[in-house]
Amino acid sequence: MENHSIIKIENLVKSFPVGKGEFIALDNLSLGFQKGEFAGLVGPSGSGKTTLLNIIGSLDTPSQGKVMVLDKSVSELTNRQSAQLRNKHIGFIFQTFNLLPVYNVFENVEFALLLQKMSATERRKAVMDALEWVGLTEKVKSRPSMLSGGECQRVAIARSMVKRPEIVLADEPTANLDSRNSHNILQTMKNLNRELKTTFIFATHDEKVMQYLDRIISLEDGKVLKDEIVTDPKN
Amino acid sequence: MIKFIFKGVIRDKSRSLIPVIIVSAGVFLTVFLSSYFAGVFGDMIDLSARFTTGHVKVVTKAYAENEDQMPLDLALLEVGSLKTQLNAAYPDMEWVERIHFGGLLDVPDENGETRAQGPAIGTAIDLLSPGSTEIARMSIQESIAKGSIPSKPGEALISEGFAQKFAVSVGDEITIFGSTMNGSMMFKTFIISGTLNFGNAFLDRGAVFIDLRDAQLALDMEDASSEILGYFNDGVYNDAKALQVMESFNSGHNVPEDEFSPQMMRLVDQNELGQYLSLAEHMSSIFILVFVMAMSIVLWNTGLLGGLRRYSEYGIRLALGEEKKHIFFTTLLEAAIIGIIGSVFGTLLGLAGAYYLQTYGLNLTGMMDNVGMMMPAILRSKITPELFYIGFFPGVIATEFGNALAGYAIYKRKTSRLFKELEV
Repeated sequence: MENHSIIKIENLVKSFPVGKGEFIALDNLSLGFQKGEFAGLVGPSGSGKTTLLNIIGSLDTPSQGKVMVLDKSVSELTNRQSAQLRNKHIGFIFQTFNLLPVYNVFENVEFALLLQKMSATERRKAVMDALEWVGLTEKVKSRPSMLSGGECQRVAIARSMVKRPEIVLADEPTANLDSRNSHNILQTMKNLNRELKTTFIFATHDEKVMQYLDRIISLEDGKVLKDEIVTDPKN
Repeated sequence: MIKFIFKGVIRDKSRSLIPVIIVSAGVFLTVFLSSYFAGVFGDMIDLSARFTTGHVKVVTKAYAENEDQMPLDLALLEVGSLKTQLNAAYPDMEWVERIHFGGLLDVPDENGETRAQGPAIGTAIDLLSPGSTEIARMSIQESIAKGSIPSKPGEALISEGFAQKFAVSVGDEITIFGSTMNGSMMFKTFIISGTLNFGNAFLDRGAVFIDLRDAQLALDMEDASSEILGYFNDGVYNDAKALQVMESFNSGHNVPEDEFSPQMMRLVDQNELGQYLSLAEHMSSIFILVFVMAMSIVLWNTGLLGGLRRYSEYGIRLALGEEKKHIFFTTLLEAAIIGIIGSVFGTLLGLAGAYYLQTYGLNLTGMMDNVGMMMPAILRSKITPELFYIGFFPGVIATEFGNALAGYAIYKRKTSRLFKELEV
């Protein structure tokens, strides 16, 4: 099991200066994530969910401790290496979809690949594959303003998946969606997790999301309160 | 990536249209005003060269010091021999004699008694020699208001304003009183062959034009003239060549202790024309400097507003793994696209405006009645090769600079706040 860990977190501390003191967002936290997990970080606001996602996504660095993502120590990465890690191996899904409004669906999904210097033919195939996963091949020419919230989030999923990353980090991905769309989105992500063995890590307090998770890590005050495997998640 | 950025620039009007308009406007102003100043200053210098200064001028040293008084007693002597020397030494130039004199213009009544009198400024040029270039040089034919150019000795042209003031017309007699080169009294009667209207108060006020030979006879100036003007054959003033000619002439003719020895002056040495020429040359540089600074500030602000509007986009791009310096680079690339489009439009508009003003001119004749400077009454721009790039490069540079200032904020962005920032 240990050999398949793609994320290893040991004694992680993250603190932020507040006035003359400091706020401890993550307090001596240790965790590991295996390839293909569909895991969630749950907990109240301020429990450290987003901070942990930031560090795993190499958007931030630990104050203390060690975080290895795909065998790379996040603390030791240069800005360029961090960007490359995100570009090639980590996908992000946000609460608000954050699509680029002047580009159509195809171009929004294609953007992540433009940074990888892939040929146009390869890009086209990868984008169409990603749009097929999320069921949006008919909407390639549509602009985000012409799509529903659910469709926008599916485009965002396609954008995060088009480069076939090992890890997808999703921060409250269903917060702006109705119940039906939330289930559709989660089902789509679950399918991708199963088919592509992509590791999904959510930060959420949405019950609907929790129903789909294989593993739920409860955080409180920057510490792991509970780390449980769900034996019968929704598929 | 360039194609991708280009699509974004074209589709997002607020990202492209306003900056393109700003750049176009700035480039248009630079090109148009540069052409305007090149035209006006150029015409002003050309007008001065044709009427008073030549490209170079030969006078006696003493005459140069008192030129405003038109002192005939300090005129050049043996001008025939001097012109022969000048023609031989500088064959790519044309040399012409002129005499300037002051006097009193008297209009007699039917009994020969004085009916009207007034001060006159006389200019004697070669009006009667076949092939004389002076008529064309001074645009005499085009400036004839009534009558015609003198066709025989004893005829004169006077300004139209003068003719109206003294109620004289073509065919009437006028008498000019003055003093000869030797200081004795001179009076000579001429028949008005025509009236002139140059459209410039400096030239029209009290102007009387007679033939050079008539003036030499009347003023006892046999083989003498006030000045000899030299013009380059291509008609264009070239300061380097003028300097060369001047130095060469002065080294052979100028005798420091002899105030009657001839000396040569360049156009820029006379009537503060050097300052005007220098101003004309620097005007474009001043425009470009002001333009780049002003445009940079405006585009900086536009870029900042654009940066705020595209805050989420930059955040997403950072999250997707684009490096800050790459985002900054693409911002500059966008600026280059916008700058090039705006500069091309601005240059074309500026050239169109310059062409219009060059062709049709801006007629200020009615406003020039009291202008004491020698400047053209019809202001025209001039299209020069520099106009094709004089606004273009500053336009692109200003856009780049403004966006670089605005884009610098990208480096200040903290990736650790992306999740929070992108929640909104």
